[in-house]
Amino acid sequence: MTTTKSDLDAAPAWATRKAGGGDAVFKGTAFASACVILLALAGVFVFLSLKGAQGFTQPTEVYQRGYGDSFIGYVLPLLGGTVIAAVIALIIAVPLAIGIALVITQYAPPWLASPVAYVIDLLAAVPSVIYGLWGGLFLAPKLVPVYQWFHDTLGFIPLFGKVATSGRSISTAGVVLAIMILPIITAISREVFARTPRLHREAALALGATRWETIRMTVFPYGRSGVVSAVMLGLGRALGETLAVVMVLSPGTIFTIDLFSGSNTPSIAANVALKYSERSPGTLEVLIATGLVLFVMTFVVNFAARYIVARQERKFAV
Amino acid sequence: MIRTSLRRALVPGLAAMTLLVTACGADNETSSGGTDSTGGGDAPSASAGLEGTLDGAGATSQEKAQDAWKTTVQGFNGGKLTINYGLVGSTDGRSQFIAGTTAFAGSDSYLKEDEDELAKAKERCGGTDPIEVPAYVSPIAIAFNLPGIDTLNLSPGVIADIFNNKITTWNDPAIAADNPDADLPDADISPVHRADDSGTTKNFTDYLGKAAPDNWPYEAEDAFPVSGGNSQAAQGTSGVIDLITGTENTIGYADESQVGDLGKVSVGVGDAFVAPSAEAAAKTVAVSTRVEGRSDVDMATDVDRTTTEDGAYPVILLSYLIACQQYDDPADAKNVKGYLSYIVSDAGQKLAAEEAGSAPLTPEVAAEAQGIVDKIVVN
Repeated sequence: MTTTKSDLDAAPAWATRKAGGGDAVFKGTAFASACVILLALAGVFVFLSLKGAQGFTQPTEVYQRGYGDSFIGYVLPLLGGTVIAAVIALIIAVPLAIGIALVITQYAPPWLASPVAYVIDLLAAVPSVIYGLWGGLFLAPKLVPVYQWFHDTLGFIPLFGKVATSGRSISTAGVVLAIMILPIITAISREVFARTPRLHREAALALGATRWETIRMTVFPYGRSGVVSAVMLGLGRALGETLAVVMVLSPGTIFTIDLFSGSNTPSIAANVALKYSERSPGTLEVLIATGLVLFVMTFVVNFAARYIVARQERKFAV
Repeated sequence: MIRTSLRRALVPGLAAMTLLVTACGADNETSSGGTDSTGGGDAPSASAGLEGTLDGAGATSQEKAQDAWKTTVQGFNGGKLTINYGLVGSTDGRSQFIAGTTAFAGSDSYLKEDEDELAKAKERCGGTDPIEVPAYVSPIAIAFNLPGIDTLNLSPGVIADIFNNKITTWNDPAIAADNPDADLPDADISPVHRADDSGTTKNFTDYLGKAAPDNWPYEAEDAFPVSGGNSQAAQGTSGVIDLITGTENTIGYADESQVGDLGKVSVGVGDAFVAPSAEAAAKTVAVSTRVEGRSDVDMATDVDRTTTEDGAYPVILLSYLIACQQYDDPADAKNVKGYLSYIVSDAGQKLAAEEAGSAPLTPEVAAEAQGIVDKIVVN
C-alpha cells in the first residue's frame, strides 16, 4: 500500500468540510449556557449588594435585637456558627467520603461496589427537611449520651461544655450536615479515582508498591483537584443549608466554641430563616447583608482552595 | 427561606385548589359542599352574595382560624368568592395593607403610632380612621415535661426567674412553696423558647415584664431576650412542643391549643392560680383597657397583664383584623364587610374555637366589633 506525502498532509474530509448550521447552533447554545450561569451569579450579587447596602448602617437597636451593637457584632457570631457547623461536617464527611470512594473504586469487588455506590447516591436524593426531622427528633436525643461522655472525660477542654438536654446543638447540626454532604463528596471522588490511568497503577505495582502505596503514588495525585472540587461542593452545601440546621439546632444569641451548648449562634442561612417571617423594620436589610457576607465568604474559600491546589499541581508538574 | 414559604403556601394552596375544583363541580348558590367546615352555622346576611377575590395577609398565629373562616365564607357564596390570606407575618401584613396590596390585614399587634403606621393607614383608607377589631384571642400555655406531674402553680416572679435562668432546679424552694404536693425532682430546669421571631414570644415577654417587673428587666420583643445557661430553643410552636415532649425537665411557652398532653402551669393571678383556658383568656380581654387617643372604630387594647380579676388568665395572644371604613372598589367594601362580619360573629368565633382552640370574644366585645364592621361602606 503506497501513501504519498500529499495524501497524509491533506486534512481529512470531515475536518475541511464547511462548518454546518448545527455547529454554530451548538456553539451558540453552549456559550449562552455558560453566560447564563455567570449572569445569574452576578444578578444575585447585585441584588444582595443593592438591597443589603442599607443593612450595614442600621440604627444600633436593630442589631441589638440580634447579636451585637453593630453590623460586625451582628454578623461575626453568625459567621462563627456557620464555620463551626461546616467544619464539623467536613471533619466527619471528608475522610469518610474518600474512604468510601477508595473502597468502591480500588478495593471492593464489583458485586459489592455498585450497590454501595448506589445507596450512597440515594442519600443525596433525601430532601433536607427529612434530614431535619430525623436529626431533631431521633438523632439529637440519641447523641446526648455520646456528648455526655465527651463532657465527662474531656470536659476540661472548652469545646466540650455542658450538654443541652435535648441534644440539639451545633455539633448535632454538624453531624447531620456531614451526612448530607457525604454523597456529594463520595460521588465525585469516586468518579475521579476511577479515572486513574491503568498504566500508572500497573507501573506502581510493578515497582513493588503495596496497594496502599499504589493509591498514594497514583490515585491521590491524579485525583487531587477533583477531590478538592468535591469537598468545595460539599462545603458549599454545608455553608448554605438552612432547613436542616434550623430543625436540629437550638439557637441562642451567644457565640461560644462550646459544641454542646443549647444556645450557640445559628448559621447565617438558618438565622435568615428564623428572623425573616415576623421581622421588625430594618431587619430585612440586615439579613440580606448577612447573606452578602456568606456569599463573599464562600467565594473566598473557593478561590483559596483552588489556589492551593493549583500551586501543588505546579509542584508536581516539575 | 424559599423552602419555608413554599411549605407555608402548600396547605392553603391545596385547600384553594380543592375548593376551586368542588366549586366548579357543584355550582349552586347555597353550597353545603364537602369543604365546608363543621360548626359554620348559617350565613349572616352580609356574608352571602359576595363575589370576586378578597386579598388579606398577616399574622401566622391566625393561620388555622383563617383557614376555617375562609372555607366557610367561600362556602356561603357557592365558590363565587375567593379569599386569600397570606401568611406573611404581622409586620408584612400591616405594611402590605398600608401599601394597598391587600384589603385587610391580620396582626398580632395594633397599628403603632410612633412609627407613623396609624397615620399611613389613615392615608391608605382615604383619610378615614382604619378599623381595628380583635379577631383571635388565644391563651399561651406554659408547658413542662416532668414525669408524673400534670400541673404546677407558679407566680409570675417564679416564671420570670425560671426563664431568666435564675431558678435552675426543679426542687428550688420558690417552686416547692407553691406546690407542696408535687414530687419535684432534683434536676436542672431547661427553659425552652422560640428560636424564630414571633408574636407569641412578644406577648409572653410582655406578660413577664409587666407581671414581674423586678424579675424580668427586658422589654416585650419578638425575639426572646435570654440565651445561655440551660436555655434551649426551637423553631415554631410545633418545634417548641416537640422539644419539650422529647426532653424531660424542660419548660416552655406555646399556643394552648398545641400543647396536647404536656403539663401546664397555672399562673399566679392575685392570690389565686389560674389554669390556661379559653374562658379565662376571654375574661382578660374583657377587663383590659383600650389604648388611649384612638378613634371609635379602633379597638386597640393593651392587655391587662397584672389583672387580679378572679379566673382571668393574663398570658394571652390578642390578634387583630385591620381594615378600612371605606373602599373605592364596591366589591372590596362588600367582601371585607362580609368576611369580617362572619369572623366576629358568634358562629365565626365558635368555629375558630373548634378549629384553632382560640377563645371566643365575649358578647360585649363581639357586639362592639360587629358594630364597627357594619360601618364599612363604599367610598
